[in-house]
Amino acid sequence: MAEGHSPLSQFEIKRWVPIQVGDLDVSFTNSATFMALTVIGVSAFLVLGMRRHALVPGRWQSMAELSYVFIANLVKDTVGTEGRPYFPFIFTVFMFVLFGNLFGMVPYGFTFTSHIVVTFTMAIVVFLGVTVIALIKHKLHFFTFFMPPGVPLIMAPLLVPIEIISYLSRPVSLSVRLFANMLAGHTLLKVFAGFVVALGLFGAFPLAFVVALTALEIVIAFLQAFVFTILTCLYLNDALHLH
Amino acid sequence: MREPGPGEDLERLDARLKRATAEARRSAPGGPPRDERPGSALGLALRVGVELVSALAIGVAIGWLLDAWLGTRPWLMLAFILLGGAAGILNVYRMARGFGYAVGYKQDPPSGRKRPGDQGPGIEE
Repeated sequence: MAEGHSPLSQFEIKRWVPIQVGDLDVSFTNSATFMALTVIGVSAFLVLGMRRHALVPGRWQSMAELSYVFIANLVKDTVGTEGRPYFPFIFTVFMFVLFGNLFGMVPYGFTFTSHIVVTFTMAIVVFLGVTVIALIKHKLHFFTFFMPPGVPLIMAPLLVPIEIISYLSRPVSLSVRLFANMLAGHTLLKVFAGFVVALGLFGAFPLAFVVALTALEIVIAFLQAFVFTILTCLYLNDALHLH
Repeated sequence: MREPGPGEDLERLDARLKRATAEARRSAPGGPPRDERPGSALGLALRVGVELVSALAIGVAIGWLLDAWLGTRPWLMLAFILLGGAAGILNVYRMARGFGYAVGYKQDPPSGRKRPGDQGPGIEE
């Protein structure tokens, strides 16, 4: 296959505006462009959608309200009323990941959620934030989290490290799940799209498959944004109500 | 035929909304199990893999760093590989026992709060 047509070339970072600050490369890349576009897109979606704020909502207002109510209910169901102060953050995370995933579905677009750096940064922010909230709320009592109740003290030297590793693995599994899903889905799309041309007349079959796969990818875009958000909520719930 | 006034329209909409909300509330708790979605078996498999490997990777990383710090290569890493594997299996065990996305050992959700993640393994991926 020709250079630049590999199924993985879509994930390549391209420096659009090279900027160098000292030893740091802070170039404005295609990834940064799509993040900025996502922020603009989310803001436009919510602000323009709610501009008319009619009593009987139109299509855009309805979608904006739906997404708001959806996340508000999610926070209420998983964290309870104590989670309300954190709603803006959780809503932002959800909309950012969702629009990032969806913008990645636009042809010639770039999916920044398919990069582990991006997802891991978000996961580590969630993880550190939640840990700090737990430490502020429960002080040193937080460390009983690593010692399940009813366990004999002799088991502690073995169990506590296991629990700590299990706790530390949260940001890894949180970020890998989102990144792996987006990476695998987009690679699969490109691989099958490559078959369409290669097979000539029989390319209709992979073409049909690619159409179906595109629909599935859009479902996954929603699902993974939801999973990322619900996990954030559950971690927050653990931080607020230790057990 | 008389055109319905705007007030009447709103009243009818309100009645319909109330009915729909009541219906949604009724069907919510015992609703259809969400894990009947196609492709959830693959999702479950992926989740198990991610949980296992991520805990193992953290174990290896901790062991590696401690070894480099204390100069005990390779013993702490060997110990932490085992601990990481155990943590991974613990993660999967919690998932499979129906703790859903929640961590810890509390299986029953506190009264009044429904945890969507608790509806069994593999609902999302």
